[in-house]
Amino acid sequence: MKKLFSKEFLTRNETLVGVVIIAFCILASFADANFMSIPTLTDLMRGGIVLGIFAVAAMLVLVSGGIDVSFTAVAVFAMYTTTLFLINYAPDMPWYFAFAISIIIGAGLGAINGVFIAWFGLPTLIVTLGTLSIYRGFVLTFVGSKLISNLPPDMRGFSRLMMVRGTNADGSFYSLPWAFAALVGVVVLTWFILQRTMLGRAIFAIGGSVESARRIGINVRAVQFFIYIYVGALSGLAGIIHASMSRVANPFDLVGLELSVIAAVVLGGARLIGGHGTLTGTILGVSLIILVRNSLIVIGIPSTWQSVAIGALILLGTGLPAWQAKRAAARAA
Amino acid sequence: MSNLKPKSNLLASPEARLALIAIVVFVVMSILSPGRFLSVANATSMAFQFPEFAILALAMTVTMLTGGIDLSVVGTSNLSAVFAATLLTQFVDPSLTGGDMFMWLGIAVVAAICVGMLAGLFNGILVAIFGLPPILATLGSGLVFTGLAVALTGGSAVMGFPVGVAWLGNERLFGIPIPLILFVILALIISFVLTRTSFGFKIRMYGANPLAAEFAALDIDKLLIKVYVLSGALSAIAGLLIMSRANSAKADYGSSYLLLAVLIAVLGGVNPYGGYGKIIGVVLAVLSMQFLSSGLNMLQVSNFARELIWGVLLIFVMIVNTQKSFGFGAKKKSSATT
Repeated sequence: MKKLFSKEFLTRNETLVGVVIIAFCILASFADANFMSIPTLTDLMRGGIVLGIFAVAAMLVLVSGGIDVSFTAVAVFAMYTTTLFLINYAPDMPWYFAFAISIIIGAGLGAINGVFIAWFGLPTLIVTLGTLSIYRGFVLTFVGSKLISNLPPDMRGFSRLMMVRGTNADGSFYSLPWAFAALVGVVVLTWFILQRTMLGRAIFAIGGSVESARRIGINVRAVQFFIYIYVGALSGLAGIIHASMSRVANPFDLVGLELSVIAAVVLGGARLIGGHGTLTGTILGVSLIILVRNSLIVIGIPSTWQSVAIGALILLGTGLPAWQAKRAAARAA
Repeated sequence: MSNLKPKSNLLASPEARLALIAIVVFVVMSILSPGRFLSVANATSMAFQFPEFAILALAMTVTMLTGGIDLSVVGTSNLSAVFAATLLTQFVDPSLTGGDMFMWLGIAVVAAICVGMLAGLFNGILVAIFGLPPILATLGSGLVFTGLAVALTGGSAVMGFPVGVAWLGNERLFGIPIPLILFVILALIISFVLTRTSFGFKIRMYGANPLAAEFAALDIDKLLIKVYVLSGALSAIAGLLIMSRANSAKADYGSSYLLLAVLIAVLGGVNPYGGYGKIIGVVLAVLSMQFLSSGLNMLQVSNFARELIWGVLLIFVMIVNTQKSFGFGAKKKSSATT
């Protein structure tokens, strides 16, 4: 019953985003014959790695009925601390070691969020708003505020690991780094958790109604705690990938991106009230945001209008279903 | 036991606890850097600094009372300021003085506030008529407003105003900084509106229980639209203040003020789910933040540590406010409210 209900509404939002993406691509390929090409696609995929991992994390929180704005600060904290630690104490460690440290730091910071949310029962927006400034302030005050451009050699090595590499007909290069596999891995793992485990069912249940979830015997605290640890770990992963790929650990990076990520997720059909959200929608939402960011100019809209376009898309993407729901409610009453 | 009772009564309301925090911060800072924190120069510099984000916090408070939020406050203030700035630079000769200048300044101020109100109207329609969740409606519209400001200016700062523009943000009247006077007037007006008018009563009523408000035959659509228009107008005033202090307008001024405004409102005891909040709490929260900022600045603590401390303060206050078993204000909920 619930499944049917959510399907009916969500497909609408996802199809809407899908249609906009296709329309955008058609328009763009009319304007520029080279638009529909492998380089455009790999650029899109490359740009979507960090944003995509963040979006999956943000989606999970939205599904559980919360909202997290601290994930960018978690990512910066984990990425910067890891890089600094490796450079000073273990510069020759392989990249997966760096990734593991960053993920563990991220999970730890996520656990702090989890304690405030699951044990103290504070509103998620307020907690993560607070920890956003705490984590960022902590890194910049006590860890460092300098840009690190000489990353450990193996982290740079990671950014050179290419999955696909080639030359286009017109001589331009394209490549897709292995980092993309991390996004795929995150999506598959999250899909498995959400769709194939009791834990995933519990996350949806809590998002639907905390009280009902508690009454059917779900340990709400433990599930919430898990969500924020998992989200922290994903943020740590996204952070270290971001640093490796841009070959610089910048403590001022990433923070400020959180609302765009949430916007992408919401565009993909996740709802702030919880209980709704799909991975397909999330990925579509991220794709659309990146398309608009990278290629708005191709369809003849100057890039100064970029944030107007993204804002309008968010309003349209959330406004249409909201309005339909409101009209349906008015008819029913 | 009985001699403990008055104390817990006194500290039962969030505002009282916040007043205590503000006083403690003030005293600690005065002790730590006696010569400088307690100086007139410091007091004046603080009075010039905080009104701009304090007014944004007022705008945030009004929307939070209805259980909403306005994430477009900074976008609205920048759009209004950029509009006024463009008006001034396009039509007014910067060397203009006297009556003509004041007329044009008046026009610019009115135009900016109109832009702010229109932006608020847009938000209000999205929330009330189309039923968007306020957080998304204002997140999206905030991007649109910022984007329009970027498109209007091409992303660069607009400057070259007549001299009178700088007056609002940098001068004093009877020795009191004008931004402070402006903030006090606005805070008094909003406080009056919220506590003494039926509009304010309806806002709190709707925030406390939307369904009950609907059954009480409130015109909710109209109410919400008015709330967001008010928030837009306040944002525009903050935008003018920022423009005057910077003597220029730009699409991305004050972008750190958004989260700060939310933080202040929540710190001030405004319930983000609606229904409860007092302007005095917001004022106390602003003061605590400013005392902390200035004091830490004098102790040469980095700006980043300030951010850290704000975050800690926010979560600490939230824990104290929500955990009734945590000490002061324990079982006082029923007797202490209203």
